[in-house]
Amino acid sequence: MGRIVGGIGLSHVPSVGPVVDRNRTQEPAWKPLFDAYVPVREWLAKMKPDVAIVVYNDHAADFGFDKYPTFALGVAEQYAIGDEGFGTRPLPQVVGDVELSTHLAEALVYEHEFDLTLCQEIAVEHGFLVPMNLCFPHSSSGWPVRAIPLQVNVIQHPLPTARRCYRLGQALRAAVESFPGDSRVVVMGTGGMSHQLQGRRFGYMNEKFDQWFLDQLESAPEELAAITHQRIMEEAGAEAVELIMWLTMRGAVRGKKIHRHYYAPMTTGMGLITFEG
Amino acid sequence: MGRQVTGAIPDTSIFDLRLSRRGQRLNRLCAALCSQQERESFKRDEEAFMSRFRLTDPEKELIRKRDFKGLIEAGTNIYYLLKIGSATGNGLYQMGAQMRGETYQQFLSTRKISDAR
Repeated sequence: MGRIVGGIGLSHVPSVGPVVDRNRTQEPAWKPLFDAYVPVREWLAKMKPDVAIVVYNDHAADFGFDKYPTFALGVAEQYAIGDEGFGTRPLPQVVGDVELSTHLAEALVYEHEFDLTLCQEIAVEHGFLVPMNLCFPHSSSGWPVRAIPLQVNVIQHPLPTARRCYRLGQALRAAVESFPGDSRVVVMGTGGMSHQLQGRRFGYMNEKFDQWFLDQLESAPEELAAITHQRIMEEAGAEAVELIMWLTMRGAVRGKKIHRHYYAPMTTGMGLITFEG
Repeated sequence: MGRQVTGAIPDTSIFDLRLSRRGQRLNRLCAALCSQQERESFKRDEEAFMSRFRLTDPEKELIRKRDFKGLIEAGTNIYYLLKIGSATGNGLYQMGAQMRGETYQQFLSTRKISDAR
């Protein structure tokens, strides 16, 4: 049967992409971020996951407001690298897992009554790719794991509630566990932490909120799931509402916390937390 | 119904369906900029590009003036704004400085480690 072997909550700041592509990861301003992922990569190497389910949001690269899904699951054999307005990054195509994603779609829709939009084609972008860069560095032969995109609307209100995202994570766990194949799965909840990218409050961050969120995510996720979008946006900036996707990851894991890190150099609190399955 | 968004937040735009509707033309124009060919055609003839997407005169004026704060208020989603920024040679932090009413250098001086960009 399928098994969740771990969960990772992490930010997906777009500027990380070019830093990886131009080999700038050891520059003093970026080293603290990349160093934090060294033990995470060692831990992942020991757990040998086959598949990463990446809970992310598209930033208007492939999805548009003419039709904008609340939850969308990729069910394709592969996912192209998207052009989000700055050109296409030189990355290998992402290989999907059709059998697992088909099973997840059926289990989530029939058993758990999450009515997902199902996508035979998604071009993935920084929301998905930056977390992959940080956790699963690619080589010329491709990415070390298969991956399944799970896209969440966190940019056009009304958004799904934090609680709904948490419940989706719980359902995702049950769905993975009912998969007949032998798959070792990591769930990644991406985005945030505190940041605001528009208005006079551009550049706003709140480390105290971010640390509190990490504490609660570890010790009281059920209570944290009651948080409103209003509170996140007021205390951590409008774009910090992406943090609701971390609750999907948290709903899918039951084990103890392994790693935790925080770095906020520019305009976004870049958090990292990992859990055993 | 438990409301998730209960009030205005100072100096903050909350992108909801009302704002999305207002910004429909602008956001469609920006969506097209996710293609090299379209970015080139925008750079070649901005006016024709804006007319193609049926922008109103005030909307066109916001793009001509590179008024990023105004574009957000007119319903451009921040992630779409990044695409028009890219096509006009304005990165996120340049646009952010303008939205804060600061110069780029002033904005950078408010950051902890401004080389992380």
